[in-house]
Amino acid sequence: MARIDLDHIRHAYTADPRSEADYALKEVHHTFADGTACALLGPSGCGKTTLLNIISGLLRPSDGKVLFDGRDVTALSTEERNIAQVFQFPVVYDTMTVYQNLAFPLRNRGVPEAEVDTRVREIIDMIDLGGMADRRANRLTADSKQKIALGRGLVRSDVNAILFDEPLTVIDPHMKWMLRSQLKQLHRRVGFTMVYVTHDQTEALTFADVVVVMYEGEIVQIGTPAELFERPSHTFVGYFIGSPGMNVLPVKLDGTTARIGEVAVPLPAPVKIENGAKTELGIRPEYLSLGREGAPFAISKIEDIGRQKIVRGTLESHPVAVVVGEDGEIPADARLAFDPAGINIYADSWRVEPEARA
Amino acid sequence: MNKTLNNRAWFMVLPVLLLVAFNAIIPLMTVVNYSVQETFGNNLFFFEGFKWYEQVLTSSRFHASLTRQIIFTLVILAIEIPLGVAVALAMPRSGPWVPVCLVLMALPLLIPWNVVGAMWNIFALPDIGLLGYVINAIGIDYNFTRQPGSAWFTVVLMDVWHWTSLVVLLAYAGLRSIPDAYYQAARIDSASAWSVFRYIQLPKMRRVLTIAVLLRFIDSFMIYTEPFVLTGGGPGNTTTFLSIDLVKAALGEFNLGIAAAMSVIYFLMTLLACWCFYTLMTRGDEQ
Amino acid sequence: MRLRWLVPTVYIIFLMLPIYWLINMSFKTTNEILGGFSLYPRNFTTASYVEILTNPVWYNGYLSSISYVVINTVISVTVALPAAYAFSRYRFLGDKHLFFWLLTNRMAPPAVFALPFYQLYSAINLFDTPWAVALAHCLFNIPLAVWILEGFMSGVPKEIDETAYIDGYSWPRFFVKIFMPLIASGIGVTAFFCFMFSWVEMLLAKSLTAVAAKPIAAVMTRTASTSGYELGLLAAAGVLTIIPGALVIYFVRNYIAKGFALGRV
Repeated sequence: MARIDLDHIRHAYTADPRSEADYALKEVHHTFADGTACALLGPSGCGKTTLLNIISGLLRPSDGKVLFDGRDVTALSTEERNIAQVFQFPVVYDTMTVYQNLAFPLRNRGVPEAEVDTRVREIIDMIDLGGMADRRANRLTADSKQKIALGRGLVRSDVNAILFDEPLTVIDPHMKWMLRSQLKQLHRRVGFTMVYVTHDQTEALTFADVVVVMYEGEIVQIGTPAELFERPSHTFVGYFIGSPGMNVLPVKLDGTTARIGEVAVPLPAPVKIENGAKTELGIRPEYLSLGREGAPFAISKIEDIGRQKIVRGTLESHPVAVVVGEDGEIPADARLAFDPAGINIYADSWRVEPEARA
Repeated sequence: MNKTLNNRAWFMVLPVLLLVAFNAIIPLMTVVNYSVQETFGNNLFFFEGFKWYEQVLTSSRFHASLTRQIIFTLVILAIEIPLGVAVALAMPRSGPWVPVCLVLMALPLLIPWNVVGAMWNIFALPDIGLLGYVINAIGIDYNFTRQPGSAWFTVVLMDVWHWTSLVVLLAYAGLRSIPDAYYQAARIDSASAWSVFRYIQLPKMRRVLTIAVLLRFIDSFMIYTEPFVLTGGGPGNTTTFLSIDLVKAALGEFNLGIAAAMSVIYFLMTLLACWCFYTLMTRGDEQ
Repeated sequence: MRLRWLVPTVYIIFLMLPIYWLINMSFKTTNEILGGFSLYPRNFTTASYVEILTNPVWYNGYLSSISYVVINTVISVTVALPAAYAFSRYRFLGDKHLFFWLLTNRMAPPAVFALPFYQLYSAINLFDTPWAVALAHCLFNIPLAVWILEGFMSGVPKEIDETAYIDGYSWPRFFVKIFMPLIASGIGVTAFFCFMFSWVEMLLAKSLTAVAAKPIAAVMTRTASTSGYELGLLAAAGVLTIIPGALVIYFVRNYIAKGFALGRV
């Protein structure tokens, strides 16, 4: 178990990076506290796997240092860093039994056989594979194999961190949910530092205490799932997290009023924007409501997704989605109301903190 | 994969069936026919029952060439499979040298078999061949046309030269298909190089190695052209393997009945071996 | 571990030595060859090559080798394609036995078939034509082709076939337009193997030809034995028979590693 410090890390795959654009991973400076479950979330190609490989030691960053508990491990290889990793598809030793698979990392380190046995038995129960100890690993289903891969990390009590590289990719959808919640429980129980790479927001939000959202080689926000939802610091986070994503509308600011074309939306607090910046208003569909008061709204489509309805339409010719409860009424001539609590203002795609009320 | 039941698929197989049957069944019937008859020329044949089979199975000549054949096959398998795996393991996994290595290694496989024999003849000549000259120069008396030991050494070395690359290429293809994650996981688990070989590389190569052993077993069991050109089966009969003996009996001595009976026995042996391998392989597929 | 490159290097040197020796011999005069041991030609001569390339017997030998190899490759791949498809997609009466029977033919010793083949192809008047050799080589090349192609085809998800049928493709059109491009590398690999085994096999090729369709490699040994101990000529002919194989490998060099996995790994 360890605290992980990423000290001004940058990485370029080209030998001689000149401009900012050459860096696949732009500067990262962050600390993962000991015992956190952290998720790296972003679309493919955003640099999250690069960052994971830097932590695991498969890649050496072009600039910066990686520290485990304050010790500089940048130059150390994967095995010297004492980490464990669960890969995209299950890696198990085919010819070994489940028990032998779990005992393998311990035996390689010369742990006494008696201790190996207690440890392995404990982990087998923990990952819910009791009764399968003597089965050949290659006969198991993908999710059980993935549990073995995880178990090989858990079995080592001295492990610094457990890394997950999109571990649920090949798992059947109905098993995904099971495995996800088991993983969460395991984390609570063992308290290892865990870093989990995924492009699936549900996985990230359910697993992690802290989510790192990445976009085009850059960290755009680090926060708890609630923060990401309520206060997306970049319009990308707004789009990427939540379903449907945040509505982003171009506005003109006028004191505590934002104007979308003819429509005026009152803001909870004044926001100061530099001149010339592209100004947008972001609001999640959950903070919009339909009623008899508000801005004129032309409904184009209503999607019923069970407990909620998603109403799509246009406001001043900008597409907008609204979430309405199952029993929520949708008036024929609906008008759109904004809940001020859910309004965020963006300048050049980055969120601007409102000024404190004078 | 779930396959659907469709007996009309027979029509797709039909051309293959006809062509192979034409080549396999008619000649095989001819052979079986000869193997139970006696002829004194003029296309007159008499039914002889299993006389030829009894003769073949009890003849010391057949036993001798069968023994030679089995020893030869075991020896070359024992050399080529480990050597091929070792070379494949030492090959770089990627880089500009890979295609160069592969092209040079595949070269012996594409040389007509009698040219292989002729080439090794020239190479091993005691007085003017590189191999023969060097061996004699270091003080070992070597002459593959006169000494059985030298002849065996040369024939085995030639087969190793000719066919080890097949094992290398198959094993290398198997190794390359192992995803990097396995090696990374092994490093994380502090596995030794031997453990990586024993628990990752060997199991993943199982399938291709079965194919390699199968092909090498079968092809070495029917080897004819290369040793025939190199040594002519000699000196004496010391490198007369089954196929060479068979052709000697059929064409050299025109002993059709004996040759045909030998053919049938020979064919049944390869069939048995083939069946064993096939069961092994399909069992592997189901896992 | 740093020295692991030595293993393939030494192995390749071992492979190249006999070939070097063959090339070395081919540029020597007969006198020099018989005169004693020398590591390289002292009196460099191309006389052996001139002799071979100006003599129509050699030239024809080349042509007939190439023609039966090409005919065989085309036949083998063409008939193996639908059969391999059937084996990879359908269950049908006796499919497993049929597949096994096919494979046994790859394993039948040619020596067993030499004489009956001679009689069979004489009887149908194909003896001493490239067709005889091409058809005879089908005995082991078709089973091999079916086996390799089946491996590649099984790697293509069945949903692709179903989607194509739903889109209104007929089977032949689907097979040629969609399926064959998907397994193009597999077809290439199969053709390579058919070429290889037909090109190197000599026992049947020699038994089924006399004069007109004699393969190059057979011309070589015969000429060498009838015209005395002319090692230089033999060596030059040997070198020339290596060239087509070397060319073929060169063209497929980037597919060798994948190809030898036979689509099955």
